[in-house]
Amino acid sequence: MSLSKQDVDHVASLARLGLSDEEKETLRDQLSSILDHIAVLNRLDTDAISPTAQVIELFNVLRADEVLPSLTQEQVLANAPSSRDGFFEVRAVLGGDEGGSA
Amino acid sequence: MTASELTSMTAAEARRALDAGEITSTALTEAHLARIEAVEPAIHSYLHVMSDVALAQAADADRRIAAREQVSALTGIPIALKDILVTTDAPTTAASRILDGYVSPYDATVVRRLREQGAVFLGKTNTDEFAMGSSTENSAFGATHNPWDTSRVPGGSSGGSAASVAAREAILSLGSDTGGSIRQPAGFCGVVGLKPTYGRVSRFGLIAFASSLDQIGPFTRTVEDAAIALEAIAGQDPFDSTSVPAAVPNFRAGLRADLQGVRVGVAREYTVDGMEPGVDAAVKTAIAQMRDLGAEIVEVSLPHTEYALATYYITAPAEASANLSRFDGVKYGLRLDEATLQETYERTRGAGFGAEVKRRIMLGTYALSSGYYDAYYVKAQKVRTLIKQDFDRAFAEVDVIAAPTSPTVAFPLGSRMNDPYQMYLADVFTIPCNMAGIPGISLPGGFSEGLPVGFQLLGRAFDEATLLGVAHAYEQAAGWYRQLPELGAVAS
Repeated sequence: MSLSKQDVDHVASLARLGLSDEEKETLRDQLSSILDHIAVLNRLDTDAISPTAQVIELFNVLRADEVLPSLTQEQVLANAPSSRDGFFEVRAVLGGDEGGSA
Repeated sequence: MTASELTSMTAAEARRALDAGEITSTALTEAHLARIEAVEPAIHSYLHVMSDVALAQAADADRRIAAREQVSALTGIPIALKDILVTTDAPTTAASRILDGYVSPYDATVVRRLREQGAVFLGKTNTDEFAMGSSTENSAFGATHNPWDTSRVPGGSSGGSAASVAAREAILSLGSDTGGSIRQPAGFCGVVGLKPTYGRVSRFGLIAFASSLDQIGPFTRTVEDAAIALEAIAGQDPFDSTSVPAAVPNFRAGLRADLQGVRVGVAREYTVDGMEPGVDAAVKTAIAQMRDLGAEIVEVSLPHTEYALATYYITAPAEASANLSRFDGVKYGLRLDEATLQETYERTRGAGFGAEVKRRIMLGTYALSSGYYDAYYVKAQKVRTLIKQDFDRAFAEVDVIAAPTSPTVAFPLGSRMNDPYQMYLADVFTIPCNMAGIPGISLPGGFSEGLPVGFQLLGRAFDEATLLGVAHAYEQAAGWYRQLPELGAVAS
């Protein structure tokens, strides 16, 4: 399994991960090699096997719908790189003029 | 009592001495802080030493003990916490630049429980960044060194927690184990490392790596101390919906002296090419000792063992890529601003994460991406079913399974950093346990070329009582736990 440069660019973009050209080239080689090792799984016929996402037999863990003590707004925002008026502050998501003041 | 005697005590020994008034928690804590200062330049177990917190906790513990007020097994006992467990009174970094400056507004549930029980927090220990690695070399703040040979790795990812106990910089410590990150460094450092059953210990406040695999557990110098530590941290927690409402037994009551009536499984699949002869020999000797103690040795088969590593390196990175999306420069930690939010995310994450974390995010994102999800992620989940069924069948025949913890002893620093897959192979014998969710323990199992060999026992889900009982009988008969690293010129 050999990944292309475009594959690496696409995955890095999905992961919101800024990578240098050198990092991308190293990762292309390393990920291709790891995928070669992972291909051993194709030897197994798993058509009739159901998947296991987790191993404990617990389902729908619910609690009573009651208000309990929680962190204050100040505590939640204390680690934020930037906050304003009780909100986390970031660059305008929609970009440009149409979204900036929404 | 000398400082050296104080730092060589087990938690059980220290409890007796504290309650008898022979020592104080303050003296015990001061001895450990002095030991940390003496050996840290050579070992680097800690990312953050909590001297002031520890001395205040010790004074409070001494008051409680003197008044016979709310004294539990760990009241006044100095311990270390892997720096992936969040704490309100010390920074939490996960050994990553991306959590620069982060101090949690809440304690992890295990931290809260230990705090309430009066334990003394010596500090936060080094780890591979976000617990991703097998050598602790992936820390953004420098590697930890193995106390038995400082040119070698301590294992990982919980290498700082393992080294701190081996180097007598803490009586016990907590780590986390996703694919072997407690047992493998315990083996490399010659201490006891226990990964409890998935669901036994709350993961609330453990910075998540792979949520279906992660579990918190202790490093100790004896099995008895592991039983004490597990009792202190186990139990259901409303903040972790995967923590299980199972009763927490008195694990110490199950410790036994012989192995009459115990069936010990040995799996033929737990040998691999490249396995070190000295490790193989030590494990065979350990199994023979179990037979001498009365155990019946039974050959079992775990036929999908050879697929566990590949299954893990899809499942764990896939879960990690989702979990680590929260580190985006918005809510906490590092932010490097760019013109747009997308570019801010990319620059922050590109600068904040180290090479191994980037590799796993990329691998996991790829495995979950459109067009590859069924071929990789779902395929791995199906093979995980087969691995779990292997253990279900084996445990119908036997009470525990004995195996090496790792194929080799601790390897030299730097020797595997350029070959990720060679590094991943260090976990080939520890990963299946996480995939099945069962408990596992690594015990001191002798030496190969002067370095500790880890001897691993695996047990049935939620039957840590049997696992610890059997482990204790072997440990006491073998006696390897009495050997501690000399640490040459740095020993004080």
